[in-house]
Amino acid sequence: MHKMLWALFSRDMTLFMHRKQDVVTVLGFFLIAVALFPLGISSDPELLRTIAPGAIWIAALFSTVLALDRLFSEDLDDGTLEQQMLMPVPISLMLLVRLIAHWVITSLPIVLLAPIMGLQFGLAFNEIVILTLSLLVGTPILVLLGAIGAALTVGLKSSGGLVTLLLLPLYVPVLILGSSAVSSVMNGADVTAHFSLMGAALIISLVLSPFAVATALKITLD
Amino acid sequence: MLKIEGLAVEREERLLFSGLSVSLSAGEGLHIVGENGAGKTTLLRVLCGLTLQASGSISWCGQDVSVFREEYCSDLLYLGHKNANKTELNCRENLRLALGVLSVSDEAISDALHDAGLGLISHLPTRFLSQGQQRRLSLARLLLTKSKLWILDEPYVALDYKAIDWLDSHLERHLKSGGMLILTSHQTLTLSSKIRVLNLGEQHA
Repeated sequence: MHKMLWALFSRDMTLFMHRKQDVVTVLGFFLIAVALFPLGISSDPELLRTIAPGAIWIAALFSTVLALDRLFSEDLDDGTLEQQMLMPVPISLMLLVRLIAHWVITSLPIVLLAPIMGLQFGLAFNEIVILTLSLLVGTPILVLLGAIGAALTVGLKSSGGLVTLLLLPLYVPVLILGSSAVSSVMNGADVTAHFSLMGAALIISLVLSPFAVATALKITLD
Repeated sequence: MLKIEGLAVEREERLLFSGLSVSLSAGEGLHIVGENGAGKTTLLRVLCGLTLQASGSISWCGQDVSVFREEYCSDLLYLGHKNANKTELNCRENLRLALGVLSVSDEAISDALHDAGLGLISHLPTRFLSQGQQRRLSLARLLLTKSKLWILDEPYVALDYKAIDWLDSHLERHLKSGGMLILTSHQTLTLSSKIRVLNLGEQHA
């Protein structure tokens, strides 16, 4: 069974190698969105430092939503999704592998770029570390929750707006925890609580989200 | 073996058919016919577990397929209307990904593509392939699978005469080696093996 799951993971990686533009679009969106904040608000370094965590987190959040579009819709259209639903492995496990691959392809680059974005806002070293760690724990939650929205709307035309409306309320707690972890470290406060809560949310969504996505996709394909 | 008992299927609150009982044992084929909209594709999807039936049960080797889903799926190969090929990958990559395992040798893939008449274009991304060639690529999976039960939805669509003979020969081989086959098609089958016909229209009446 692990061989099939590994084959599935490498399938997504192979597809990514042939379709880098999808990921470049998401990353480009992230970079430009972050760069717009200084242009739109102010060039005051102190103010920029204050808004940096929120700005980077909001840009990461929208990039995740943007990337969700490629998760199921094409596979549904070309019939690959129904073939995957018939793989001799539990559907939720199959989906978990696909979500991990999706995170590696679309979110990990954002996590890796975040330190550079932090430097642009003049964050200190320890603040950049916390920013990157908060994204490392937070973006998988965004992907896992987002997949539920993507699975529920995958058969619909112009589902992008609907997914955004569905997901943003669910994303609020993650956004608050993630960006306030960085703000807290700026003020010299402890961030253990932030990371404990985000870690708990990550574990819960890792366990529950694949089942929810599986149910949603079964309804879509029915 | 596959056993269907008292199957009833509804779509959008319309009863497509009910009380359908069929069983299929090794080496047997079933040709499902019926008018457009009779529920042929839906029946195949129900048999795969992609669509839920209103009532009735499907069992494979004596085990309910909704309970022993993974065991059933490992014996099952389903090809639907959609070819499930990725347009940016070439034939070779598509076939490898479609099989879902990495252990298939390059030679086996080359042989299958050659057999399907795609040997010379196996390096092309499938977006350059014609409808018939895409269909052949999707059917090339049949050459490499070890599944015992093949469920094929309109496998002859878009195929030329040569490809129809090619597909027939592989269906024959599968049945002779004790495999099972369920297919839908509007054309009269030219297989030499005996294949039972199930008319969904008559079922309803």
